[in-house]
Amino acid sequence: MIIGLAHYLAVAAILFTIGVFGIFVNRKNIIVILMSVELILLAVNINFVAFSSYLHNVIGQIFAMFILTVAAAEAAVGLAILVTFFRNRGDIAVDDASVMKG
Amino acid sequence: MFTTDLALAAPQLILAGAALALLVVGAFLPRPDRVVGFGAMAALAVATFAAATGPTGLAFQGALVADAASVFAQVVIYLSSLVAIPLGQGWFARRGIRLFEFPVLILLAALGMGMMAGAGDLLSLYIGVELQSLALYVLAALQRDDAKASEAGLKYFVLGALSSGLLLYGASLVYGFSGAIRFDAIAAAVQGQAGTGVLFGLVFMICGLAFKVSAAPFHMWTPDVYEGAPTPVVAYFAGAPKLAAMLLFARVLAEAFPEAIPQWRQVLVLIALASVAVGALAGLAQTNLKRLWAYSSIANVGYAILGLAAGTAEGIQAMLVFMALYSVSVMGFFACLSALSRNGQPLETLGDMAGLFRQRPWLSLSLTIFALSGLGLPPFAGFWGKFYVFKAAVNAGDPILLWAAVAALVGSVIAAFYYLRLVKVMWLDPAPGPTDEPPVEAGIIAISAAAFTFPVVLALMPAIDGYARAAAAALGLG
Repeated sequence: MIIGLAHYLAVAAILFTIGVFGIFVNRKNIIVILMSVELILLAVNINFVAFSSYLHNVIGQIFAMFILTVAAAEAAVGLAILVTFFRNRGDIAVDDASVMKG
Repeated sequence: MFTTDLALAAPQLILAGAALALLVVGAFLPRPDRVVGFGAMAALAVATFAAATGPTGLAFQGALVADAASVFAQVVIYLSSLVAIPLGQGWFARRGIRLFEFPVLILLAALGMGMMAGAGDLLSLYIGVELQSLALYVLAALQRDDAKASEAGLKYFVLGALSSGLLLYGASLVYGFSGAIRFDAIAAAVQGQAGTGVLFGLVFMICGLAFKVSAAPFHMWTPDVYEGAPTPVVAYFAGAPKLAAMLLFARVLAEAFPEAIPQWRQVLVLIALASVAVGALAGLAQTNLKRLWAYSSIANVGYAILGLAAGTAEGIQAMLVFMALYSVSVMGFFACLSALSRNGQPLETLGDMAGLFRQRPWLSLSLTIFALSGLGLPPFAGFWGKFYVFKAAVNAGDPILLWAAVAALVGSVIAAFYYLRLVKVMWLDPAPGPTDEPPVEAGIIAISAAAFTFPVVLALMPAIDGYARAAAAALGLG
C-alpha cells in the first residue's frame, strides 16, 4: 500500500478531533486540556507538512516551524496562568474552575 | 526594496522595538512602573502618527499590508491602547500592584492587533492573532492573588487556544487545497469555484475568528472572562481586539474569498442572528454589570457581523464605523465601572448602582449615555453604528439579509429592557449609602468617552464616514 496524502490528512483529522474532545469531554485535570491543545496544534502541523510535501511548496513547512515556536510560547503562558490558579485554589481540577456561572 | 518594506511596517516596528526596550528598562530601574508607562504611551503616540502619515502598499512580499483599512484600524487600536495604560496603572496602583509589565503587555497586544490589521497572508494572520491573544491572556490574569482573575485568565486561555487551533486547522486546509497563503493568491487559485476542501477550511477559519470576536455560538468564554478579569483590562479587551479581529475577518473574506459570497453569507447571517439573540435574551437575566455588558458585547458583535454579511463595500464600511464607535463607548463604560466604589468595594451589580445620580451625577450621566448608546437611541453613537449596518444589510438586496435585519432589530428592542433598567435604577431608586471619591484618571476617561458618544460624535461623523469608506474600498469588494 502506498501511503498518500489522504492518509496523512486522516491522521491529522483524527488527532484534531481527539484534541477537541479532550478539551470538552475531559472533566478531570487542566493539564490534560493543555495537552489537548498541543495535540490540536500538532495535528495542524501534520496537515501543513503533508500538504507542503504533496504540493512541492516549502511554505507549509515554514508555517509548521512558526506553529511549533508559537505553541511553545503558548504552553509557557498557559502553564504560568495555571500556576497562579493553583496558588489561589490549591487544586487544578476542571470542576473547580466554576466560581463564575450564569 | 527592503527599506520600503521597513517604512511600510514602521508602526509595528516602533511598537516591537519599544516593547523590548521598555522590558529591559523595567528590569533595571528601581521603581520602573511610571517611566515604563510613559514610555509605552509615547511609543503608542508615535506609532499612531506613523500609521496615520505613513506610506501605503505591500510589504515583505505581501505578508504585511499598509492600506486605508489597516490605517483606520491601527489608529483606533493604538489610541485605545494609549488610554488603557493610565486607566489600568491607576487601578492596579490603588490595589498595591505596581507592575511595569502592564504597559509592556498592552504594547505587545497592540502590536499583535496592528499585525492583525495589516495581515496579508495566513502566516501573518496567525502570528498577529497569537501575539494579541497571548498578551491578553496574561493581562486577564495579571491580578495574581485574585481567584476570580486567575480563573478568568485560565478560561480565556483554554478557549482562546482552542479557537487558535480551529483557525489554524482551517488555514492548513485552505493552504493545502489552494496551494497559497497570500490572500490574493488564494483568491486567484480558487477562481470562483471553491472546492469542498477550501470551503471546509473557510468554515473552520470563520469559527476560529468568531471565537476571537466572541460571536455566538462561540461566546461562552465572554461573560466569565469579563466578570473575573480586572475592570480596566476588560475596558481594553472589549473594544480594540474585537475591531482588529473584525477587520481581519473582513480581510480574509473580502480578499481571499470574494467569489464565495453566497457560501459565507449564510454562515455569517446565522452567526449574527445567534449572537443578537443570545446577547439580548441572556442579558435579561444578568445582575452583574460586567456580565451584562459581556452579553451586550456579544449582541453588538452580531450587528457588526451582519454588516459584514452584506458582502459589499458598504457593509464593510458599516462594520468599521460600528466597531470604531462601539470600542469608544464600551471602553468608557468599563472606565466608569472602574471609577466607582463604595467603602472600597467596586460597584459591579445592578443594585449597587441605585441612586447613583444624586451622588455621582457626571459618572451616572456618562453611564446613562453609554446605556442609551447601547440601546441604539438616536442621536447617540450606537444609533449611527446600527444605522449604517441596517442600511448596508437592506441595500445588499438579498431577502435573507432583509429578514435578518428585521430579526436583529427585534433583538435590539428586547435588549432595550436591560439598558433602560440600568438607567431607571440609577436615576429613580434610593441609594444604599455614599460612594467613594472616584479616581481622577478613570473619571476623565469615562466622561470624555461619554462626551464622544454624544455629542462629539455628531461633529466627527462625516470624517469617520469618509475614513471608513476609504478603508472599505481598500478591501476591494464591489
